[in-house]
Amino acid sequence: MNSHATVMNGQQTPAVGQPYTRNNAACHDVSFRVRDLNLWYGKNQALSGLNIDLFQKNVTALIGPSGCGKSTFLRCLNRMNDLIPSVRLEGLVEMDGRDVNASKMDEVALRRRVGMVFQKPNPFPKSIYENIAYAPRMHDLVSRKAEQDELVEKALRDAGLWNEVKDKLQEPGTSLSGGQQQRLCIARAIAVQPDVILMDEPTSALDPISTATIEDLMDKLKDQFTIITVTHNMQQAARVADYTAFFHLGEIIEYNDTKVMFSTPAQKKTEDYISGRYG
Amino acid sequence: MSHTFDEISQQLKRRHRKSSRLKWITMGSLGLAGLFLVLFFADMLTKGLPAFQQAYVQTEISYNEEAETDGRQAFDEELLPIISRTVVRVIPMELRNNPDMIGTSEEQWVLANSEVDQYLKGHRNSLSAEEQAAIDERVEAGQVDMRFNTTFFTNGDSKIAENAGILAAVVGTVMTMIVTLAIAFPIGVMTAVYLEEFAPDNRFTQIIEININNLAAIPSILFGLLGLAIFINFFGVPRSSPLAGGMTLALMTLPVIIISTRTALRSVPDSIRHAAFGVGCSRWQVVRDHVLPLAMPGIMTGSIIGLAQAMGETAPLIIVGMVAFIPDVGASFTNAATVMPAQIFTWSGEPEQAFVEKTAGGILVLLTILISLNAFAVVLRKKFERRW
Repeated sequence: MNSHATVMNGQQTPAVGQPYTRNNAACHDVSFRVRDLNLWYGKNQALSGLNIDLFQKNVTALIGPSGCGKSTFLRCLNRMNDLIPSVRLEGLVEMDGRDVNASKMDEVALRRRVGMVFQKPNPFPKSIYENIAYAPRMHDLVSRKAEQDELVEKALRDAGLWNEVKDKLQEPGTSLSGGQQQRLCIARAIAVQPDVILMDEPTSALDPISTATIEDLMDKLKDQFTIITVTHNMQQAARVADYTAFFHLGEIIEYNDTKVMFSTPAQKKTEDYISGRYG
Repeated sequence: MSHTFDEISQQLKRRHRKSSRLKWITMGSLGLAGLFLVLFFADMLTKGLPAFQQAYVQTEISYNEEAETDGRQAFDEELLPIISRTVVRVIPMELRNNPDMIGTSEEQWVLANSEVDQYLKGHRNSLSAEEQAAIDERVEAGQVDMRFNTTFFTNGDSKIAENAGILAAVVGTVMTMIVTLAIAFPIGVMTAVYLEEFAPDNRFTQIIEININNLAAIPSILFGLLGLAIFINFFGVPRSSPLAGGMTLALMTLPVIIISTRTALRSVPDSIRHAAFGVGCSRWQVVRDHVLPLAMPGIMTGSIIGLAQAMGETAPLIIVGMVAFIPDVGASFTNAATVMPAQIFTWSGEPEQAFVEKTAGGILVLLTILISLNAFAVVLRKKFERRW
């Protein structure tokens, strides 16, 4: 089924992959352009015929019931699916007009520009300082120690963690609380100065207060980064996301401006999911 | 239909009896295993500890000119039956090294011969009743005494029992183990890293995996034959050398290291790998900077245990000729050498009574080293085990 063909009352049909409400005016630049993306785990098709444009310097939330393919889709954007041997992929995923799955595209270069934050906080078993400094050093972003110190501080400040850890930078990253660890992981991701940060249910392992902190952080970070987040929590999507895509059984049912989607969903399925009738 | 408590307990009684019986059986087997261990250690200690004591005779050594060719001339004729035959060569050697000593004399404790030693330790010996009485007299006079046996730790093998020591075998073992570790550790770890982190999961790698596991169960003597055929006969590695022995034992240790390294690598959580890939690490960087450091304690423990196993191995070394009479401490990796278990094996075949305690003494030294190695492995694991 192709949701984009559906025209809702009074709304104009969007271009392929674009949100319903978007009037072709260039309000945002496209970061990722995805066309006819299909993905199989062995024989099971997990994604079918995805078309979506993801916009720069915005928060886009991917929502949907478990097993709908939203995390799988997220991992297509930085080719983390390469690590799973049984995955087969067809279709186009473009970043800045370059096919990320092309043989010429180095997945290491891609991941340098597309950072990732995982569901469970996974700091390296090293000091807080090393957690941040490791990747920039590896990518030759810093040459001198002073530069490195500066970058560590900036990343921790951007992640809103600096004041809490500045006196214990040499302590293990895992000594922090869950919420702090997750912000450390965000700091680690932004330390390599990526364009995009993918977040795979970043708050699902956290308590409500830490969750709120991370949500505030996402709101701040979208000035600098494109943020694409997967979430189970619809309220969270409503709170933080500029755009929301609703996934169901491996398809994108609806993709829209968050406010519009949550007030007047175009699809019955979306409405049922948002109102908590399943999921 | 419901049951009363009485009916249920009736049936339960039988089940409880069964489980308590099983508990006693298992405790019994543990006790039996412990008993065997205690017996083994007790036997080794009672047989082996005397080897660290040796009878010495106090006497005047007169370094006269005749002693330059025959060391016996330096001693009182009466003493000759009870002192060690080694003086025949030792005294002239000393004199050659220090010609100034000729004409002087000196009070010294000299090694007694093994018959005297065995008599004083209360073991079977070939001394006649008069000889025994004479020795008793000297003991009373303080001229014959039991002292700590330094010879055992400073000499190589000897056909003269009181002169035989384990040093050549210890040095041989160390050199062999260096070769084994230098070959098996890098190859084993790299193989495991490839299989665990790089290799695709297909039929081919599965076959390799099964074969590596089987390799660990191959009788060690076959590795000896392999070492003989390939290293010695084909590549021309000197026979009996630590190089040949070490390479052969490396073959044997490889599967142990590969298997333990793979286990250690597998125990590193995938979240760490994902984190590393997520910040743009290449596969090798993920392994080198994140996975290997976390797996290192496990890898080292496995390697040390593999090494300890190789250290106690005799059969393959018999085949490559390391069970030889080696009186001198090995000078290089290509000289003929022997190892501790092979030395023990050699001594166990000697007919003289004095070698029985040497055998047990050698076992004690070997056991001490093995237990220390294993303890070191445990300490290492505890020290580097990261809980964060």
